[in-house]
This record gives sequence, structure tokens and C-alpha cells, in this order.
Amino acid sequence: MNIVVCIKQVPDTAEVKINPETNTLIRDGVPSIINPFDLHAIEAALQIKEKDGGKVIVITMGPPQAENALRDALSMGADDAVLLTDRAFAGSDTWATSYTLSRAVKKIGADIIICGKQAIDGDTAQVGPEMAEFLNIPHVAYVKKVEDIKADFLRVQRMMDSGYDIVESTFPVLLTVVKEINEPRLPSLKGKMAAKKAVIKKWTSSDIGADEDKIGLKGSPTQVKNIFAPQAKTDRKMLNGTPEEQVEALIQELRSLKCLS
Amino acid sequence: MSVIINRDQCTGCEECLTSCPFDAIEIREGKAFINENCQICMACLSACPEDAIIETEKEETAEIDAQEYKGVWVFAEQREGNIASVAFELLGVGRKLAHDLNTELSAVLFGAPESGAQELIRWGADKVYLSNNPIFETFNDEPYSELLSSLIKEYHPEIVLAGATAIGRSFIPRVAAKLVTGLTADCTSLEIDKETRNLFQIRPAFGGNIMATILCPNNRPQMATVRPRVMKRGQYNEGRTGEIVHISGEVLSSRTRVMETVKEISDITVNLQEAEFIISGGRGLGDPKGFKLLKELAGLLGGALGASRAAVDEGWISYSHQVGQTGKTVCPKIYIACGISGAVQHLVGMQSSDIIVAINKNPDAPIFNVATYGIVGDLYEIIPLLIKKIKEMRETGKTVNR
Amino acid sequence: MDYFLTEDQLMIKELTRQIAEEKVIPARHELDEKEEFPWEIMKVLAQSDLFSLFIPEEYGGLGRGCLELCIAVEELSRACLGVSTSYAANALGTSPILLYGSDEQKKKYLPDIAAGKRLVAFALTEANAGSDAGGIQTTARLEGNEYVVNGTKQWITNGGEAEIYTIIAITDRAKGARGASAFIVEKGTPHFSFGKKEKKMGIRASATRELIFDNCRIPKDNILGKEGMGFIVAMKTLDNSRTGVGAQGVGVAQGAFEEAVKFARQRVQFGHPIISFQAVQHMLADMAIDIEAARALVYSVARYIDSGAKEISKESAIAKVFATDLAMRVTTNAVQVMGGSGYMREYPVEKMMRDAKILQIYEGTNQIQRNVIGQALIKEAAKGK
Repeated sequence: MNIVVCIKQVPDTAEVKINPETNTLIRDGVPSIINPFDLHAIEAALQIKEKDGGKVIVITMGPPQAENALRDALSMGADDAVLLTDRAFAGSDTWATSYTLSRAVKKIGADIIICGKQAIDGDTAQVGPEMAEFLNIPHVAYVKKVEDIKADFLRVQRMMDSGYDIVESTFPVLLTVVKEINEPRLPSLKGKMAAKKAVIKKWTSSDIGADEDKIGLKGSPTQVKNIFAPQAKTDRKMLNGTPEEQVEALIQELRSLKCLS
Repeated sequence: MSVIINRDQCTGCEECLTSCPFDAIEIREGKAFINENCQICMACLSACPEDAIIETEKEETAEIDAQEYKGVWVFAEQREGNIASVAFELLGVGRKLAHDLNTELSAVLFGAPESGAQELIRWGADKVYLSNNPIFETFNDEPYSELLSSLIKEYHPEIVLAGATAIGRSFIPRVAAKLVTGLTADCTSLEIDKETRNLFQIRPAFGGNIMATILCPNNRPQMATVRPRVMKRGQYNEGRTGEIVHISGEVLSSRTRVMETVKEISDITVNLQEAEFIISGGRGLGDPKGFKLLKELAGLLGGALGASRAAVDEGWISYSHQVGQTGKTVCPKIYIACGISGAVQHLVGMQSSDIIVAINKNPDAPIFNVATYGIVGDLYEIIPLLIKKIKEMRETGKTVNR
Repeated sequence: MDYFLTEDQLMIKELTRQIAEEKVIPARHELDEKEEFPWEIMKVLAQSDLFSLFIPEEYGGLGRGCLELCIAVEELSRACLGVSTSYAANALGTSPILLYGSDEQKKKYLPDIAAGKRLVAFALTEANAGSDAGGIQTTARLEGNEYVVNGTKQWITNGGEAEIYTIIAITDRAKGARGASAFIVEKGTPHFSFGKKEKKMGIRASATRELIFDNCRIPKDNILGKEGMGFIVAMKTLDNSRTGVGAQGVGVAQGAFEEAVKFARQRVQFGHPIISFQAVQHMLADMAIDIEAARALVYSVARYIDSGAKEISKESAIAKVFATDLAMRVTTNAVQVMGGSGYMREYPVEKMMRDAKILQIYEGTNQIQRNVIGQALIKEAAKGK
């Protein structure tokens, strides 16, 4: 059984700020990490392999330094890694990214594909389901537990807005996972040593037979028009008057800041 | 298209280096150079004081035939036959967009009875595409996305909106992938650009540290999801009429099956460190009952309960809620401190919250030095009023406008 | 300061630090309060291959040396000495098997130890034989195919939690220094039981218990090396482990120092953060001097040991004494810098100070260490070095 995990190397967004005057990102010394949700995806794949057997292959689409993220995944125990890197992939939105990743998955061949729920830089949570559509396979999003894997189907718990559904799916299937699913393991020394030595396959757009109109900026239906700082904290204000007036004023302020509805 | 440095204008000042989230800018021979890590996010353009960073020409892309795509659609989700509130909120913003585009507003409803469609009309839809095929009774991604995609293909709306809920976020991306079009998630603002008739989709990124305006200029429909409670409901009109188009949805199938639905009553166990709202209580509560009151407010706002060390030491609430130097450090959007004096050990744990609201009887309490909004008053008067007013505000959203 | 660690050594340091930050620091307060053995953390260490550091490759380990072990111990000690003691005690307990075990014994025990499946403990100390190790009274009498063990060991780290025990017992009292032997005893052997868990000043997460042998029968083949080698096994084992205790000293001192600096930066008195006062700066400077010196010394001795040096008693004793004496000094001063807050159990430094004390006492008190150094000096001088 091939279990393919899609990961992304992201800046640690807790540290990323924007300069409100120039509208530029301040990224001084912000480290690159594996998207935290993807750690849960890797752990889920490893647990399936440990229980039911199989091979865990980690893939990512990114610039050359994304290789470090793949090595971190290998040090947790993944068996193989592929880096999709090509100048032609630059500028991809979720559509083009999903297309590219799905071409790679097609080439590798997968029974189960696992993605983290969302990436903490883009925050869209779209790539997983879009990939499933490109691969013409079913998907289950927001999986918080893998209950059982049988020969012809698996059963998972899918988190909903207030509770969860128990869902069964045929293979192949794509799952996106939430943090509640597991506690990702730390790397092992043997894993780190193997990861250091590992030869990571690098695939370009021609290696995966990608249609050049569907990748990179060209293949992206959406574009970023501009970025700007979120509404800055307003100056301090004391709200005076009767309790009624104070509460009314507070509500108005919060609503004007779009914080309350 | 790409982003390059005009080496003649570049002075090697290195201002741009730290603006790049992907480490794609380096100095070569004294001038800036953009390497292969560049993701064309264009964050660097405005960082250069010499305007030496430029985007090269965009390639000509086919103009869309604007005539072909008309109409604003809202996907109205339902659970167990009840339409989710977000659908009515989307009709609110949808109405504005339809008005600006001088076009029709329609809703798409799967798995609910005709009365649901009527309700959508009263909330602003001109037309409702309704299918109550039994396959929609439980939520499976494939039938939902198949039918919505084929409806879109048949009727060509220019804009499709959906709720960024567990259901919406799961299947709407499949639709966008299938239709080869753009989807923008979690929009906080949607506007029409009068010149181009394009939809400006504004959303947070990088964990909310920046805002981005997204466009989908060359593909249709332009799709966007919006979180519940971000948009306001529109006007409710009891007597409003509209058209209901019945869709059978016969040939749909699903490779997934919902075996069981388990409901969980969510306690206010929202993770303190991930909550957007935190309502926090301190010694000023005087009594553990105070937390019951704060819990009610937290429930209304979908937030978490916090506490100062004093309240925890009194045994009024468990240590897991403690915020401060020897408790948790939090950074929510809104932190409401009730009866908390603002000792530095507490401030250390919450002062980077976006907005701090402080309610305290003592006008000299140090918490007012860091509060965005300060209310000198009795929390036992203010909080109940706040709860009452929020409830009223939400009810008015529902009531009929005459 | 750069200690020119190799890539592999840096990898060990990084990984252990990650474990310390993510798993140990959040748990240490509760482990101390509840005096609970850190099983969960032991499992994480096992999964990360840290128990295999000091086991040779042919038995499933990574075959690393003293410096690698010191690096791992230092990082864990920075977070919690209770945890690092539980970890390091395994290396101590495994030493006799590594140094004097037969190939069969190594094959039998080392793979499980490397995998962290079974913890180990070393048992020499008794109620009447602490510094005077020669005064032990536990006996092991050969009877046919078995040795019959009788006696009580005291204050054994990992006692009750470990499954494998390497013990020193008297086999022939008449032979004096050549009268003891080393054995392996497994938990679960009939008539081998444990006393209650001791209540200690510090390293409370570490389990310390009596081992009670009451006509306990063990296979003859459980002897390590030959009869009569017991004290040599013990001495060599302790020689090897001393540097690790030094590393514990460096680690806890580093942890306490960092807390003190953090606090001094944010504590404002007389309108300034206290770190801007010379009195505080001098205390912190002295701490920094001590720590850097200790680290340099411990690493140097570790490298010396790894180079295959034969005589290491003096050097390892020096490292142990220096690093542990200063650990007590640094942790005490960290509490002082933090003032009232430092004294409160809410903050981590009072625990570090309580924990650090044992480093001057166990694995040979610092007074005994000075004896060791003294004797080595005499020997060297006699040789005309």
C-alpha cells in the first residue's frame, strides 16, 4: 500500500508581521518549518504503516530549500521523498498547486493520500479537496480519527461544526487531517541520520508530464492584487457614561472593527 | 510574468531582503538579485525606495466573454433540513454584489424541503435552485460537488459564494478544481470593481498577520467562501416572491458513505491559545458565580474563558484557564478583562492581544494602561447588559424590517 | 561559543533539545510535585533512539562515545535533572555489561536497552557502604548452577522502574579487594524485591529505592567477568560515568542561568530592569564564566576519554567536581537574582537548586573525588611525570 503525504514548508507565521507603513512583510529571522498540520499528516501515515503495512512517501512542491522539510519528514520515519521543483511552478495558486501535486501523485501511484487540513501561510484548506478532484477520487476532509482500514474501504471520523460523522470510503482516497488526530512523533536519531544520507528525487514539470498552461502563474486563476496590514490597533479609549451608554459604545466600536456580528 | 531587479536603479541598499517570505532576494556583485526561490508574491515591490523592483509584462490572456457569465449565486447549506445561518448572511452580501452588477441573486439548496427555498427568497434570493434528492440528506462531497458544478456549467453565474464551514470548505474546492476557476477562502470583504466588474476578494493570510486582495480576472465563476458571522444578513421581506427551479439530481453517486452522525455539545473548552475571543475574570468577580456569567458571554461570542492567577488561587476556576506569567500566554483578537487589576504578571500573558477591553470598578487599575477600550464600571452591570445587547442585535438581524 | 561539534553531535544536541523543550519543560513541575517517574518522556527518548547512543552498533545501538552522551545529558539536564538522572542512570547501569559482559550477555541484554524497552540500574551503595564502597555486605554464594544473593542495596536510582540491575556483591570476603563480583539481576526474579520509594530533596521525578535480596537465586551465567573482579568493574564503571555527571552540572547551571537572565530583564525596580544594575550583572557574569569553563572542561575530558585514553580517573574526577560544585553555586545564585520569586515554587529555579545538590554527592561525593585526584597526583609524581 502506498501512502503519499503532501507537505509544505512554510514560514513560522506566528513571527511574520507586516510593516504597516510600507505594506511589506517583515520576515527577519523567521524560521521555515514544516506546516504544523502536515506533521499530523505524516504521523497519521506512519501509524497506518505501523498497523497495516505500506510505504510512506512524502512529496512537496516548492523552491529548492523545501528539501529540508522533506528530510525532516524522513527523519520521522517516512520511507521516501520527492521534491517538485521548477521555476515554472512559481506563482501557483491553489488550483495550479493542486494540479501539480496530483500529477506527481499519479506518477507515484497511491492508495491513500494524506494532507494537513491547511497551510498556515495560505490558510485556504483547498489543496487537499482540489487534488482529489484532479485525481478523480473521493476525499474526506477534517479527519480526526482513522477508525479502521480494511481491504476495500476505510472508516474515519470527520469533524463537523458541532460533532463528527463516521464516514466510509473506497480506495484510493484522499484525507485531510486536523490536529486532534494525533500527537506527531519527534524525529529519531537513526531517522535523522538516514534522512541526511537520503537521495531525494527532484522532479520538474516535464518529469510529471504537466501541462504548462496549468502550472505556475499561468495556470493560476487567482492572483494577489495587493497585500496590506490588517486594521491597526486603535488608540486607547475610555468609554464613559451610564452602563447602557458604555455597553452601546463598546458594541459600536467592535462592530466598526468587524469584530462583532 | 516574473519579478526582476532593474540593476541600473538598484543601489544595493538591501531594504528588500527582509521583505521576502521565501528568501528569494540576495546580493550579487553589490546589487539585489531575485533567485529561483521567488514565488511571485510581489511583497518586495513596495519595499524598494528606488522603485527598482518591477514585474515584467503579463502575457496576453483571453478576454472572457462577459455576456456569457451573469448572476450571483449563494450556496445555501443545510444540516438535517435546517438552513445554516451563514446562508442568510451570504444573501446579505450577495444582494449588494448583485445590485452593483445589476444582475440576479440566486441560491442553490440541496437536501431541504421547499419551505427552505421560500425562506431563502424572503432573505433576498430572486431564484432558488432546489434539489431534495435523498442523496443530499447526509453530506458527501461527490454528489454535492457534481450537482453544483453541473448547475454552474448550465447557468453560468459570474460569482458563487459559499459558507466557509466544515461542509463548504470540504466540497467547494472540488467544484473550483473541476470548473478550472479560482476560489478564495475565508473572505472578510467582497466588493465589485466598477470598471472591470471583477470581484475583489479580501482575506487574511499568514495567520492573520497580513490582509490580501485576491482577483480572479480571467476565469468564471469567481468563487469565494466566507466564514459565519463575518457578513451581515440582508433584509428580510415576508412577502417577497421568487422562482424555484427544481433539480432532480438523479444520476449522482458517492464513493463515500456517512455511517453515523455524532453530535457533541461543545463545552467552552475552546483552546485558550487558539481562541479569537477570550473573556477573562479576576479577583473583582468576588465569587465563582461570576464565571457563570462570563461563560454565557463566551458562549455568545464563541470564545474561551480565561482567568487571572487570583481567581485560580481562590479556586473559582481551574488552572488550565490561567493567563499570565505563570499561566498561559495568549494572543486573541479580543481579550475582555473583567475585574482584573492588570498586575504586570497578568499583562505579560495577554498584552499582545489585538484588542483589549477592560472592565473594572477602579479607575486607577493598571489594566486601563493597556486597554484599547476601558470601561470603569461594575462588571455585574456591564456584562449582563453586553449579553442582552448582543442578543438583541442578533435578533434584529432576524426580524422583519417594515 | 562554538565547540566545533561534528554534524552528528549537533544533530544529537538539537534533537535532545527539542525533546527537552517540547516534552520535558512542560512536564517538569508536575513530575516534581507528584514525584512521578517520567515514563512518557522515557518512551519519547526511546523512540528517538537516545538509549542507543552508548550501545555498540553490533548490538543495535549507534555506537557513540562519551561526548555524545554528555551532550544529550546536558540538554536534558537544562530542562530537568530528575529526567536526565533517570536517563543517565541507564548508561551507568549498562557500563558493567559493556565493559565486562560476555558476547552472549551483550546479545541478551543490549538490544532491548538500546531500544529503550528495558531500563537499567547500577547497584553498589548500601546503608553501611557509601563512600566506603569496600564495606558492602551483600553476598553472593555459589551453589551449583546458581548464585544465592543476600543483602540490601540502598538509594538505587531507577530502583523499581528498571528491569535490569547490575549489582556488586561479595563472593569471597577473605580476598579483600578481590573479594567482590558483579552480577546481572532481572526484575521479577523471585526473592528480589524493592523498598519504598525514597522522598528526596530534589530530583524527585527520579525513582530511588532499596533493593532487597533474600536468598535470591540467579543463574551462574549472570556473573559479569570473573569472580573477584567486582570492585574493578565498579571503579571502571564510575570512572566512565563521572563525566556524564559533570555534564548534568553544566546543563542545570545553564538552565538556571537562562531563567535568571530572563527574569532580570523583565523585573523592573527603581525604574529599571534589574539586569541594568551592576550587582546583578556581576552575579550573572560569574555564572556565565563558571558555565563556560565547566562546559569546556567536561567536553575536553569527554573527548580525551573518547580518544581511547587508558587512565581517566583523575580527569573525569576533575570534571565531575568542578562542574557539580559550580552547579550548586550557579543555581543558588539564580535563586538569589530572582529574589522572592526565585524562592517560590511557581518558578523553576528553586527546583533546580534543590536538584543540583545531589550532583555533589552521588557517584562518589566530591570529597571522595578529591581523594581520587589526590591519589592520582601521587601516582603521577612517583612516576616522575
